[in-house]
Amino acid sequence: MERTVTYENDLNLKATELRLGLPGTDDSDKQTPSGVRSNKRTLSETTEECRSKSNSGTSDARNDDTETAPAAKAQVVGWPPIRSYRKNSFQPKKTEAEAAGIYVKVSMDGAPYLRKIDLKSYKGYPELLKALENMFKFTIGQYSEREGYNGSDYAPTYEDKDGDWMLVGDVPWEMFISSCKRLRIMKGSEARGLGSYV
Amino acid sequence: MASKRQKDSPEEEKKQASSFPDEVLECVLGFVKSHRDRSSVSLVCKDWYNAERWSRTHVFIGNCYSVSPEILVRRFPNIRSVTLKGKPRFSDFNLVPLNWGADIHAWLVVFASAYSFLEELRLKRMTITDESLEFLAKSFPNFKALSLVSCDGFSTDGLKAIVAHCKNLTELDILENGIDDLGGSWLSCFPENFTSLEVLNFASLNSEVNFDALERLVARCKSLKVLKVNKNVTLEQLQRLLVHTSQLTELGTGSFSQELTLREYSELESAFSNCKNLYTLSGLSEATSLYLPALYPACVNLTFLNLSDAALQSAELAKLLPHCPHLRRLWVLDTVEDKGLEAVGSSCPLLEELRVFPAEPFEQDVVIGGVTESGFVAVSQGCRKLHYVLYFCRRMTNSAVAAVVKNCPDFTHFRLCIMNPWEPDYLTKEPMDEAFGVVVKTCTKLQRLAVSGLLTDLTFEYIGKYAKNLETLSVAFAGSSDRGMQCVLAGCPKLRKLEIRDCPFGNAALLSGLERYESMRSLWMSACHVTMNGCRLLAREMPRLNVEVIKEDGSDDTHAEKVYVYRSVAGPRRDAPPFVLTL
Repeated sequence: MERTVTYENDLNLKATELRLGLPGTDDSDKQTPSGVRSNKRTLSETTEECRSKSNSGTSDARNDDTETAPAAKAQVVGWPPIRSYRKNSFQPKKTEAEAAGIYVKVSMDGAPYLRKIDLKSYKGYPELLKALENMFKFTIGQYSEREGYNGSDYAPTYEDKDGDWMLVGDVPWEMFISSCKRLRIMKGSEARGLGSYV
Repeated sequence: MASKRQKDSPEEEKKQASSFPDEVLECVLGFVKSHRDRSSVSLVCKDWYNAERWSRTHVFIGNCYSVSPEILVRRFPNIRSVTLKGKPRFSDFNLVPLNWGADIHAWLVVFASAYSFLEELRLKRMTITDESLEFLAKSFPNFKALSLVSCDGFSTDGLKAIVAHCKNLTELDILENGIDDLGGSWLSCFPENFTSLEVLNFASLNSEVNFDALERLVARCKSLKVLKVNKNVTLEQLQRLLVHTSQLTELGTGSFSQELTLREYSELESAFSNCKNLYTLSGLSEATSLYLPALYPACVNLTFLNLSDAALQSAELAKLLPHCPHLRRLWVLDTVEDKGLEAVGSSCPLLEELRVFPAEPFEQDVVIGGVTESGFVAVSQGCRKLHYVLYFCRRMTNSAVAAVVKNCPDFTHFRLCIMNPWEPDYLTKEPMDEAFGVVVKTCTKLQRLAVSGLLTDLTFEYIGKYAKNLETLSVAFAGSSDRGMQCVLAGCPKLRKLEIRDCPFGNAALLSGLERYESMRSLWMSACHVTMNGCRLLAREMPRLNVEVIKEDGSDDTHAEKVYVYRSVAGPRRDAPPFVLTL
């Protein structure tokens, strides 16, 4: 039984392009390399890490689009297919040759999905907080040691190595990035009761 | 306690005078346990359908949205044990947004009135809140077993309610969940006179429990068979627990690394010597060669060794394995490398299942470490009974896979994950089509397949042509055109679950499966070429399917980024969040 189906304008390739970037990733400036193998997606639309050096058997046209240096590698969501409990629990014994980025999940109360950021790509708290504000479209108030984040609806918190939830900003930056396991942007009213959870 | 059937009408009675009395039939059917067999029984005739539904005590629901709790309780009045699975499997890898659904609460409310004698609840990938846990604890006085795998929505506070109120609890199994760990005080909520526990698994909870409470609990629960503690339990504490638990069949240790005195070490060793009944051993995080030998006496009857939390090196594994002569299932990290897998090949002739997990899955530029095609071949040479493999690697060759299935033609589950997308054959630089071709041609019993590496439509032509027993297929970054998916849908009659991500399959492929989806549990397609119009068409043509699209922030309106299609007798979801569109 034949069925002719018209798909109207949805052969618009851009709309159906295979994208590996996180939702909201901007791809307007990337080049399209020529001579890419037909069974691969146009790689400029993929995030940088798929152009890993180990894919040596593929078209060398890929080496052309190096305009973005892979300094802050974003990850393909959910790949390799390893469950999250495995990611966090294992500490490799071997020393890593180059320090990899410190990727932590960021959740925000009320948002439908999480984001991931590389703490190493920020030089300090001001940069981190600005990035969070941009990512989730909200404002963080002024931090003070005594009162935490005042004058805002949200407070950034993090889970440290001991499993405790702490307010971002209390400890020195280096100590923070080495002990932070994940971030959570808490609604202001909840965050004020932070100390009572331990 | 259980509901009884009404007396039949006179006509029915006359008819049945010459056939099997219902009670006998129900009694006989009570021995039929497998849910597939019960399904077959229910299709024989109306009498058998009725006898089956009255005698069924356990129900398995593979997709919680395929049926509603009301329909369930109407058909099966005497259920004591429920197993429910919720979210699509790719939610384990963060592909499904939070608050997608699969909330157990509506089910619990219905169960509270229809199944007040409920004893067991096993959930996988469902959302369960602390309120629901409390409701569960208080609504079912006979409740015995709770198993939560890969669930979310609750915190350790919810566990307190279960522990404090379920007087007859025999099983508490909390595995790999995304929950709020608010501390270990839940364990202290077991009442002092509580002794019925048989299974306790809190290995994946992070915070420290009160050890004294744990020790007392373990000491007074004489029927305890399964104990899996978390990392905070030290070796010295473990030894104290083992003194009380020589009857354990499954043990999950805490952290296996501590400064022990000689006396403490020998106490540990003798504690393990008493664990002669162990079939399963896991945990062992941070295990080092220093203390592993203490374990050896406990390994004599092991059939399942789970080392996926222990970053062992090849030499350590090679020394440990000879002490496990009956090993059937082995899970390891790729820190053991090919050399470690050679040891597996030579020490484990009875091995049936091997899973190799990556220690550093997100490092793209790893050049040393990990396992390769030669480790895979080495295992297959020594372990001819291997039928289940899950293998994460960074390189593979077609010829290696061919060698593996030549040695082990009985694979039922073949899950190969070459971690870099589109990775070709390491030696020839060709696609990996031939590898999966030889798998499906040789392994006629293959039920589950996961493919990876550089793959063209040819792989899927092979699958469609040869994989006649295939039930589950996982595909990522593969294929060249719609034809690939079409071949699979046309050629695999037993296909039940198909999950696809990042492949060039579009509307033509999606719609080619129109006739198939009602005989499948579900289809997942994300980051493919399917559009909203294609999905709408599918929904229009197949009204008994739920065709759902998960909308991503910022994506345009014509592209269907994430599509989840499943059959259902319950109609469209009534609890869908705003980002899930039912077409």
